Amino acid sequence: MYWNLKMPSPPPARYGGRHTVTLIPGDGIGPELLSHVRELFRFCCVPVDFEVVNVDSTMTSEDDINDAITAIRRNGVALKGNIETNHNLPPSFISRNNLLRTSLDLYANVMHCQSLPGVRTRHRNIDIIIIRENTEGEYSSLEHESVSGVVECLKIITRTNSLRIADYAFRLARERGRRRVTAVHKANIMSLGDGLFLQCCKEVAAGYQDIAFDAMIVDNTTMQLVSKPQQFDVMVMPNLYGNVVSNVCAGLVGGPGLVPGANYGTDYAVFECGTRNTGKSIADGNIANPTAMLLASCLLLDHLRLHAYATMIRRAVIATVTETRLHTADLGGQGSTSDVVQSIMKEIQSTGPLTQNI
Amino acid sequence: MAASSAVISMSKIIQPIWGGRLATTAKVFGATVSSRREKSTVPPPAKYGGRHTVTLIPGDGIGPELLNHVKELFRFSCVPVDFEVVNVSSATEDDINNAITAIRRNGVALKGRRNSLSAYTVSPICVSLSHSTSLDLYANVMHCKSLPGVQTRHNNIDIMIIRENTEGEYSSLEHESVSGVVECLKIITRTNSLRIAEYAFKLAREKGRKRVTAVHKANIMKLGDGLFLQCCREVAAGYPDIAFDAMIVDNTTMQLVSKPQQFDVMVMPNLYGNVVSNVCAGLVGGPGLVPGANYGRDYAVFETATRNTGKSIADRNIANPTAMLLASCMMLDHLKLHDYATMIRNAVLTTMNETQLHTADIGGQGTTSEVVQAIMRNIQSKGPLTSEL
Repeated sequence: MYWNLKMPSPPPARYGGRHTVTLIPGDGIGPELLSHVRELFRFCCVPVDFEVVNVDSTMTSEDDINDAITAIRRNGVALKGNIETNHNLPPSFISRNNLLRTSLDLYANVMHCQSLPGVRTRHRNIDIIIIRENTEGEYSSLEHESVSGVVECLKIITRTNSLRIADYAFRLARERGRRRVTAVHKANIMSLGDGLFLQCCKEVAAGYQDIAFDAMIVDNTTMQLVSKPQQFDVMVMPNLYGNVVSNVCAGLVGGPGLVPGANYGTDYAVFECGTRNTGKSIADGNIANPTAMLLASCLLLDHLRLHAYATMIRRAVIATVTETRLHTADLGGQGSTSDVVQSIMKEIQSTGPLTQNI
Repeated sequence: MAASSAVISMSKIIQPIWGGRLATTAKVFGATVSSRREKSTVPPPAKYGGRHTVTLIPGDGIGPELLNHVKELFRFSCVPVDFEVVNVSSATEDDINNAITAIRRNGVALKGRRNSLSAYTVSPICVSLSHSTSLDLYANVMHCKSLPGVQTRHNNIDIMIIRENTEGEYSSLEHESVSGVVECLKIITRTNSLRIAEYAFKLAREKGRKRVTAVHKANIMKLGDGLFLQCCREVAAGYPDIAFDAMIVDNTTMQLVSKPQQFDVMVMPNLYGNVVSNVCAGLVGGPGLVPGANYGRDYAVFETATRNTGKSIADRNIANPTAMLLASCMMLDHLKLHDYATMIRNAVLTTMNETQLHTADIGGQGTTSEVVQAIMRNIQSKGPLTSEL
């Protein structure tokens, strides 16, 4: 199957000069944070309309999620909260988030972990881009119990997907002016599976002479991350290691409330909080940190080529996070979500173009 | 399955009364019950002429150098242990079988890490695994504790990590049915999960720990990790004095880098164990400080926890000997030579407090031999008779 490496994607559709974006509130803190996003967009007069699709995590029928997928196919872009996966439902019930990613073939999950100036952490100057294969690997949901008491889970690694994600990683590194790509693997144990992944990365690396490439075993990687995270630049890896490494990095830069995540496919893009938490315990308490979701919406605006709005909102969010007294509970402060959002809106109003009244 | 569990529960009831005599009746009931024999029926380590024999596998990289220091220290402290050295330098099956036979003979081993075959070639046997699986060393135990003299970003860490050592993602079962599509099998079985959970709770009780956390990814791998979690819950029900909770692996790693003090004892399948133990080792100061132990029903093998070969620092006298020395102390505890173990351990920890003796991995400039000399001097000043320095 020939797939064009540098496929020119059509510009995002604009009807009457406005974009339509699918919004999936999800569970936990999702609805609350996404309503703040909508409030902020309306305040800044961003030409984006949201089409809200609710996915009920308690229902076992797949209609809800299929509606959401159809809406995303229609609009091309989505912003979502995390949908909870109930452990007590039978194993045939596939995680809704996972189903969304595989049906839309959102093969690359990109998470940019950057130390923010106002947030005090144990490590400084972290700037790592993590590119994680999003559709296969350990998340294939293929398990069976042939003999009672013995479960086999299949981890699938394919050549096409590995080449695809490696190519995405190197292209992104080149676009952003990055120097080094590190592949994270466990090929000493899983020599066929991760060996194939590593081989594909090496093949792609040969075509990008300006970017250095090296490989590191996942256990050594995690140990280096907690002692010297500044050594990493861009990292590419299969699904499960990506999950672990991205969570370690999020913890290093200040927690799940600060890092946005993006899932890209050839035709669609879905934006969310990087660490995919539902945050059930802090839902509706006005204490959640809106930074991650707001930065995710800035990534969304960049994807829609509304760069001016994206930069404006991003600058305001970063300026607000620098103010220690506005820090929410997860950063050790006592601010509330609405305080933070109000402050961001004031910041935008003082620096900028026409906005509505607060 | 039901019949054997009935037998097991029956054996649990009559065990306290019958004690060791159950061993013979156990043989009558068959292999399933013998796998749940209580510790009291394991024979004490063999002593010939009052001395133990321990298999020593030097391995590659810094292994030989560090194990020499261990031998030197043992000789200096007059520890009644003799080492039977078995080299596994080539990848042939014979060498590996010799090593396994030696461990079977002696019951205990101390080992360095072998270089795995090149990561890019397909290896028919994964050498490091065959030790664990043929000897059925099902529990890998790592105790990560903040050392007072070592400056790290986090303080007061005291976590015990119990990792399933034989199955899970490390089953080495992979195949390429269609060209370009590789399937790796991760195996989780009920018996092994119950076994490791039982081990974890027993260890927690022995050491007076309050809480056991199971680490899993059951929201994605529902059947596999779901089974593991269920087994942990079943075992937890039998230990009401110990709190039990479960945490997903991604949340666990994030909590570990922000608030590691919340964890007490953790139990998990093989791959998560690998990652989590490396994160914890990084948090307390690096791979040079933490010892690891692999326990089976009949055998025990001790090594450094993070299983590094340390190829780049081999033979340069800069490796940190702490991990290997603490591993040898764990071995002495296993052989019930507690006095020697405490003596050496105290000396090692006291030496660690001296910042000027820190090796390169913890930010100092000391050499391996300096550290070992300091430990020996410490032992000499404290204690019982030793050889000449």
